[in-house]
Amino acid sequence: MSVLLFTVLVALGSLLAGFLGSLTGLGGGVVIVPLLALVFHVDMRYAIGASLVSVIATSSGAAAAYVREGFSNMRIGMFLEIATTIGALAGAFIATRVATSTIAIVFGCVLVYSAYLSIRSRPADSVDEKQDRLARVLNLDGDYPASDGQVQHYTVHRIPLGFGLMFGAGTLSGLLGIGSGAVKVLAMDQAMRVPFKVSTTTSNFMIGVTAAASAGVYLARGYIDPGIAMPVVLGALAGSMLGAKVLVNTRTKPLRWVFSAVIVVLGFEMIFNGFTGRL
Amino acid sequence: MNSSERKKSAGWDDQRIELIIGTLLRAGVLLSASVVSLGGIVYLARHGHTIASYRAFHGDLSSLRSCSGIAHGVMQRSGRAIIQLGLLLLIGTPIARVVFSALAFARERDYLYVAFTLAVLAVLLFSLLGAKP
Repeated sequence: MSVLLFTVLVALGSLLAGFLGSLTGLGGGVVIVPLLALVFHVDMRYAIGASLVSVIATSSGAAAAYVREGFSNMRIGMFLEIATTIGALAGAFIATRVATSTIAIVFGCVLVYSAYLSIRSRPADSVDEKQDRLARVLNLDGDYPASDGQVQHYTVHRIPLGFGLMFGAGTLSGLLGIGSGAVKVLAMDQAMRVPFKVSTTTSNFMIGVTAAASAGVYLARGYIDPGIAMPVVLGALAGSMLGAKVLVNTRTKPLRWVFSAVIVVLGFEMIFNGFTGRL
Repeated sequence: MNSSERKKSAGWDDQRIELIIGTLLRAGVLLSASVVSLGGIVYLARHGHTIASYRAFHGDLSSLRSCSGIAHGVMQRSGRAIIQLGLLLLIGTPIARVVFSALAFARERDYLYVAFTLAVLAVLLFSLLGAKP
């Protein structure tokens, strides 16, 4: 395959991944690595490196739109980024020391689990007005515009648990070159009882900083190859911006099922190829 | 000033800071995407017809693993080095956001959060400068 054809095909694939990733809220990174590794036979290390920089692009590109909605909580984000960046650094170091087939197996498991998280029905936001002492000290509580135009106040709970989960999310991000937004949302929404909208937008903010923490290690190890990263970054960025534009008037539920099915198939293929040593 | 009033004014300030941060991030992404595109055009014009092979990993031999290596390549107008410069700008975008957040928290005299933000910045700089090829 010529460089030109490779570039065009990878850019188109990344565009589709970024588009579907932003429509379903799963992020494009989870499909880009399997796409590069399984379809284009790119070495796992190059695939992870290209995916990681595309994650920085899509999360930063979407931030401006999220901010206008007024949901994200800067303090929650910054506090938890201590955990995600240290985790990401640890993940990137682990990535340079374990076999690529092991990374492929872990990646496959994360894919299957993300699909499960995406299609299960989300438990309703539990309103717990009891003040948490640590949240008060850290000034983490906030307000957000509810659907009826009222300002809804919320308090944050179980901060140590959320902090620990965020360390795990960071490690996965650094190990696999993904944003691991699903785990970040889980930590805030389920563990810390942050309202769902606030969790998703704050998570988007955190993804870029988390990815930047492992990018330095990836760059120094030669994981970031310009020939692959160029079409991936540009394609995923264009796709996610397109996705954000049509998101407002699209029913995402059927799409989410289709996307989740694709992710499960890719996940099992990654696991299989990891065990047989082909990745 | 009671605590609910303080919370309200802090919320307004946070809101404005977040707006500036959103714009900053978007500008960084647009700048880096432009540089990556420019490098991509140069790279494809010169090497578009060669065979692409990424099956084996040769990253440990690349000269584009350090800032000095990238700068050297850009001087020679290498397309790959220009792309890598764009990617470096992209990695720098969230780092710029953290730097700005530290300044914003300092303006709000929220020294606890200045400390948190500087801790995050330290991890980021350790990754970028501390990891030797």
